[in-house]
Amino acid sequence: MKLLRDFLDKQKPHFEKGGKWEKFYYIFEAHETLLYTPKSTTKATGTQIKDAVDMKRMMMTVIIAMVPCLIFGIFNAGYQHFIAQGQDVAFFSVDSLLIGAVKVLPVVVVSYASGLTVEFTFATFRRHAINEGFLVTGMLIPLVMPPTVPLWQVALATVFAVVIGKEAFGGTGMNILNVALTARAFLYFAYPTDLSGDVWTYIGDAQVIDGYSGATALAIAAEASNTGAVVVDALSNSWHSGLFDFGNLVWGQIPGSIGETSVIMALIGGLILVLTGVGSWKIIVSVFGGAYLTGLLFNLIGANTYMQMPAEYHLVIGGLAFGAVFMATDPVTAAQTETGKWIYGFLIGVITVIIRVVNPAYPEGIMMAILLMNVFAPLIDYYIVQANKKRRLQRATV
Amino acid sequence: MLESLFNLGIKSIFVENMVFAYFLGMCSFLAVSKKVTTAFGLGMAVIFVLTITVPVNWILLEYILKEGALSWISADFLGVDLSFLQFIMFIAIIAAMVQLVEMVIEKFSPGLYGSLGIFLPLIAVNCAILGSSLFMVQKEFTLSEATVYGFSSGIGWFLAIIALAAIREKIKYSNVPAPLKGLGITMIITGLMGLGFLSFIGIKI
Repeated sequence: MKLLRDFLDKQKPHFEKGGKWEKFYYIFEAHETLLYTPKSTTKATGTQIKDAVDMKRMMMTVIIAMVPCLIFGIFNAGYQHFIAQGQDVAFFSVDSLLIGAVKVLPVVVVSYASGLTVEFTFATFRRHAINEGFLVTGMLIPLVMPPTVPLWQVALATVFAVVIGKEAFGGTGMNILNVALTARAFLYFAYPTDLSGDVWTYIGDAQVIDGYSGATALAIAAEASNTGAVVVDALSNSWHSGLFDFGNLVWGQIPGSIGETSVIMALIGGLILVLTGVGSWKIIVSVFGGAYLTGLLFNLIGANTYMQMPAEYHLVIGGLAFGAVFMATDPVTAAQTETGKWIYGFLIGVITVIIRVVNPAYPEGIMMAILLMNVFAPLIDYYIVQANKKRRLQRATV
Repeated sequence: MLESLFNLGIKSIFVENMVFAYFLGMCSFLAVSKKVTTAFGLGMAVIFVLTITVPVNWILLEYILKEGALSWISADFLGVDLSFLQFIMFIAIIAAMVQLVEMVIEKFSPGLYGSLGIFLPLIAVNCAILGSSLFMVQKEFTLSEATVYGFSSGIGWFLAIIALAAIREKIKYSNVPAPLKGLGITMIITGLMGLGFLSFIGIKI
């Protein structure tokens, strides 16, 4: 440890004003503050200092919260690969781990490499500190990609999202749409066949068993509403027996994007975020509540079999849990006011289920719902603040 | 009947949003969206003008402009087709309505009148307004449908402009690169908002 500190101290003069690498000061500073909490603090004249935690430590908490999802995603990618070939292996086996790692880790590496290149370039040219936000975004992007996504698309989407979605607004903390979801939405509309197809499992050259379809639970449910089959039956009679039972949907050994399949892992991450005070429990609870209530409402209407699907299924299929925990709680793009958070989360849940059931164009709604509410979050905040002002003015006596 | 009107309303607010599906009315959308209060005022004015002009233009179309529309005066006019006057008549109605709105706002809310400035009379040439009337012709609405359509397209435009204004108030303190400041970043925001509104594209009601 001492060695590292000494090394950094020795290099520091080169990067400071007048040093030979003065231009790259912010790149140096980013690495230094990542390794050691900086000594400088906000000036004592500043107000509202609540905590000694700086942004890098906060972002690290989010990354730690994502680790369960990532590890589960790696095992699951491998496990799905063996199911597709008709082989039964244990879920937590070395085979799953190896195959999954070969598929998933390159996506993570490409996402970080391309995004950080953009970050470093902008920081050097625009002379601003490196934005820690990308540490989280770079991990979120692989988790919302299917394991089969081509690597060049990951790079392209990451660069698009960081440049247009974030740097154009001035960097971390100033973007209006969630950066990771912007990347996913970009791919979704630019290369729909790679991102919305049924087969989301890495198969390789191996012979695929007869009758393998690889459809996700969302696709099966949407299909069932067209044919008039009962959704729960269609799910349990799908291409692999027992794959879409309720218990397994919660546990998450199902095809889907890398990190989104397991509700349990997402909730563990959510627990970490809530306990450390990084994520808002109000948003998480209200997203689930909104989705559940809308599910119940559709049960009452019951116009087709998708509407009749038990409301609790909406909470466990697709990426609702992952989106609620990691995407909706993004402190930059979510509503900032406390009442606003309830409204914001609730509407995300409502719109997600509406898109799933009513809109035939998209099988999954959580991505679009969060992006749409990102657009309206400032407006919600604005009116909450106005209402608060009004209430306080009425209380005030002259 | 009531249900189909309700569906038409929802559809023209969200699915066929004037701004994000047709990109109509962009000039005032981009220019008057710096503050939520001003945007709110302009949005209300647009709702009002749309709710009046679309049904009035419908009546005009049905009883004066269409081929054979004049036959209610006498049977001699059965062959008269005035639809070549459509644009000029629609614009005249819109301009008259805008004039009325302008006088009302000037009388009752001079502050808003001042902040809307030139963009209030320019509602007359806001393409969202004329666009709605022309869509009304194209889609062959009934009178009640035309009224609902005008009102809800106005609501859609109103929602879009106040959302943009809230975002622009929020990013006022952002460190936007100098070349993108002002209109540039607003264009990018509009594009990203359009991405959000893609949620509804494809819903059939």
